[in-house]
Amino acid sequence: MSHQSDLIAEDISAYLKAQEEKSMLRFITCGSVDDGKSTLIGRLLYDSKLIFEDQLNALEADSKKMGTQGQEIDFALLVDGLAAEREQGITIDVAYRFFSTDKRKFIVADTPGHEQYTRNMATGASTADVAILLIDARKGVLTQTRRHSFICSLVGIKRIVLAVNKMDLVDYSQKVLNDIEVEYREFAKDFGFTEIMSIPLSALKGDNIIEKSANTPWYDGPTLMHYLETVQVGDARQAADFRLPVQWVNRPNLDFRGFSGTIASGAIRPGDPIKVLPSAVESTVKSIVTYDGDLDEAVAGEAVTITLNDEIDISRGDVIAGKDHPCEVADQFEAKIIWMTEDHMLPGRPYLFKTSNKMVPGLVTDLKHKVNVNTLEHTAAKQLELNEIGVCNIALDSRIAFDPYTKNRETGSFIIIDRITNSTVGVGMIDFALRRASNIHWQALDVDKVARADMKHQRPAVLWFTGLSGSGKSTIANIVEKRLFQRARHTYILDGDNVRHGLNQDLGFTDADRVENIRRVGEVAKLMVDAGLMVMTSFISPFRAERRMVHDLMDEGEFIEVYVDTPIEVCAERDPKGLYKKAKAGEIKNFTGYDSPYEAPERADIHVNTEAMSAEECADKIIGYLEENGYLTANGNGQR
Amino acid sequence: MTKTLTHLKRLEAESIHIMREVAAEAENPVMLYSVGKDSAVMLHLAMKAFYPSKPPFPVMHVDTTWKFREMIEFRDTHTKSLGLDLIVHINEDGVKQGIGPFSHGSQVHTDVMKTQALKAALDKYGFDAAFGGARRDEEKSRAKERIFSFRSAQHRWDPKNQRPELWNIYNTRKAQGESIRVFPLSNWTELDIWQYIHLENIPIPGLYLSKKRPVVERDGQLFMVDDDRFPLKDGEEPMMKSVRFRTLGCYPLTGAVESEADTLEDVIQEMLLTTSSERQGRVIDHDAAASMEKKKQEGYF
Repeated sequence: MSHQSDLIAEDISAYLKAQEEKSMLRFITCGSVDDGKSTLIGRLLYDSKLIFEDQLNALEADSKKMGTQGQEIDFALLVDGLAAEREQGITIDVAYRFFSTDKRKFIVADTPGHEQYTRNMATGASTADVAILLIDARKGVLTQTRRHSFICSLVGIKRIVLAVNKMDLVDYSQKVLNDIEVEYREFAKDFGFTEIMSIPLSALKGDNIIEKSANTPWYDGPTLMHYLETVQVGDARQAADFRLPVQWVNRPNLDFRGFSGTIASGAIRPGDPIKVLPSAVESTVKSIVTYDGDLDEAVAGEAVTITLNDEIDISRGDVIAGKDHPCEVADQFEAKIIWMTEDHMLPGRPYLFKTSNKMVPGLVTDLKHKVNVNTLEHTAAKQLELNEIGVCNIALDSRIAFDPYTKNRETGSFIIIDRITNSTVGVGMIDFALRRASNIHWQALDVDKVARADMKHQRPAVLWFTGLSGSGKSTIANIVEKRLFQRARHTYILDGDNVRHGLNQDLGFTDADRVENIRRVGEVAKLMVDAGLMVMTSFISPFRAERRMVHDLMDEGEFIEVYVDTPIEVCAERDPKGLYKKAKAGEIKNFTGYDSPYEAPERADIHVNTEAMSAEECADKIIGYLEENGYLTANGNGQR
Repeated sequence: MTKTLTHLKRLEAESIHIMREVAAEAENPVMLYSVGKDSAVMLHLAMKAFYPSKPPFPVMHVDTTWKFREMIEFRDTHTKSLGLDLIVHINEDGVKQGIGPFSHGSQVHTDVMKTQALKAALDKYGFDAAFGGARRDEEKSRAKERIFSFRSAQHRWDPKNQRPELWNIYNTRKAQGESIRVFPLSNWTELDIWQYIHLENIPIPGLYLSKKRPVVERDGQLFMVDDDRFPLKDGEEPMMKSVRFRTLGCYPLTGAVESEADTLEDVIQEMLLTTSSERQGRVIDHDAAASMEKKKQEGYF
């Protein structure tokens, strides 16, 4: 860790004092393995004397064993991490490296340049102030350069270093650098970069990394290290409007009520007027409390606790903003989404959306188009796949405080979480709120659901039959309806035959269409329940997530999941519509159980096994459930 | 007027943000405390994060019963002076079986008394989130570790199945039985840690400072004879040497370095001028190149 200051040996106290005033820069390196990216990072670590003797010995040994540079040191080996990757000779994830000079501490996000890794690059770029774009001097601006630039721009990076590497292989030609720079500037002109700094380099030989190279006498710009040490960052964030997303309410006792969080932008002082969002309640700042004493001022990036002069109700998820320039509040947005998982993003499927301090259920209502990262073309699409970028409309279950992402990275971003696997499946950047949401109000009617149900002497609900094709859903649903009808109940059956031929005739059998099919059926069933009916639906409905979505549409107790459990061999043998035969012959695609999955319910309300029971017996069991749970009783709902 | 935040202020704020997020979203978090310098910084940051409240979680030390005696004293007085709720967990089965580094070797000892003990402790108290003091700069395989690292119900780490982390938004959702290891010091380096200890005047165990201590040499490394469980060879007498420790752990597994640095500043000076990396003194890392990654998959912190 040998920093090279003489002060270390001479006056360690003075040295430490100076070091404690250092600033920090986070940057990302983009480029492919072949561009010499790992070599560049290894070189920065090596040349800033951050490699210890024991590491160097190991490096020399490793270089001989598996290096790609003959007897020379292979710097790439310093930074390629996990064992499996080392053997493959590629980096496959985001790795963070650290080094410091006497002026600054640096955090480097090292991300791979392969086609399929948009996800990793966006991850690394999301916290970076500057991006270093590696370009092989022999190859110039490539498709991947465009892709990397687009992602940097999307994620809001403003400063780009165009690091033209391998200059040693083009005889340190000034023309090569100039041509690349001209081409790049033209192509990047709409990306909103405030600075593009091109530097001729050889990471392998060390040209213009730390010291100005004698090989490029025509170049009068900064070396890479000089640029990184001096580039100004962070001013804009402090100059922006004040935002404090409340993370945690601090209540050690009844006399203290503070609001803790990291200031996303702007600055605050005691006495400043503030507005809390979404509630729009106003107050003034009483104090800025920290462990090291109260502050006169706090700025973007500081983690603080503030107290207010009025006792107002503020919780985690709220944003405290400056009174005169508050953030916006909405529950519907247009946003750019980067999809990060193998399972496709499907419009209509419910997800969780998490901002920096709040988690809200919601769904992508509409995929307007996707953006090709290589050509920047917009194309229509029904779903987003891993590493794809789309412009979408989003509807949340409740309102959140936000800013457009281009205005504020901290309050304009969110991640998307799968409700079943809990993994982070995508991320988004808010463009703007959709105003129309606030104009649609549910018409409150005098004759309501309870009134309509009471008149029919029943408690309306959906009996949602799910199971494989041929499992017996429709047969059982028909018997149940007959029984209910005989008892003068008001019923309706929704099934593939009466829905696919009309309402949903525009839908096919892809995953996206299956989701939309179920969403529409769910909405229709909801209206029918509102009308007071006992609704039976008979759809394969193979995905847990969609059944969950319909469940969530309904009020408590209105969704009864009936699992018609029949093994696929039995269904295939019955094959009432001859579909299994066709699927087997390859004539039908996306057939559930063959080449499309069926996710069985984990806790169905009613489970019927058609191997052990006849259809009549299954219907008996269902009617029994309805009786026991008061669905067939007048005034079952009771609480008017 | 722009106020420039120093690198230590930015690191501090990031760590505090992470701790508050866990306090707000986890049901039953705990802070793992190893009594070393990184733990000292982590504890200090926790005091700051929730001030004027106390950290809303207990602090837990997995005691292998082979720690330096001075560490244990420091642990007890320090956590008491901060008013923290300390849990000490010892694998009693391992103690009954007489597991130790001398009799069973470093691998078995570490596995039973540390790795297995930690898993058992997390299960016993039902902790669903555990803060650890690991840093990404410690070792190559850690450079890719997430700040929020997910473990299966069997406490296993799957390097292929970790969640992307963007901005400062952390996904803390997990299924029943699963847990999260959270590393608020991920982006700190060893130098940052020392500078921060210096700047903030954070108490650390005296073992980090040089002092005459009884040591013997084994395989070219100096080990301190901290108690009479140390098996001396026939006629062997511990030598009194001025030594200090760069990392703290079980005393039979922690090599000392000869040094005259008996103040914090001297230690930092020596570290800045030195030419070998921090973990060299740890016996546990001297296995194959990918050893740490393997240990992590098995649940070693």
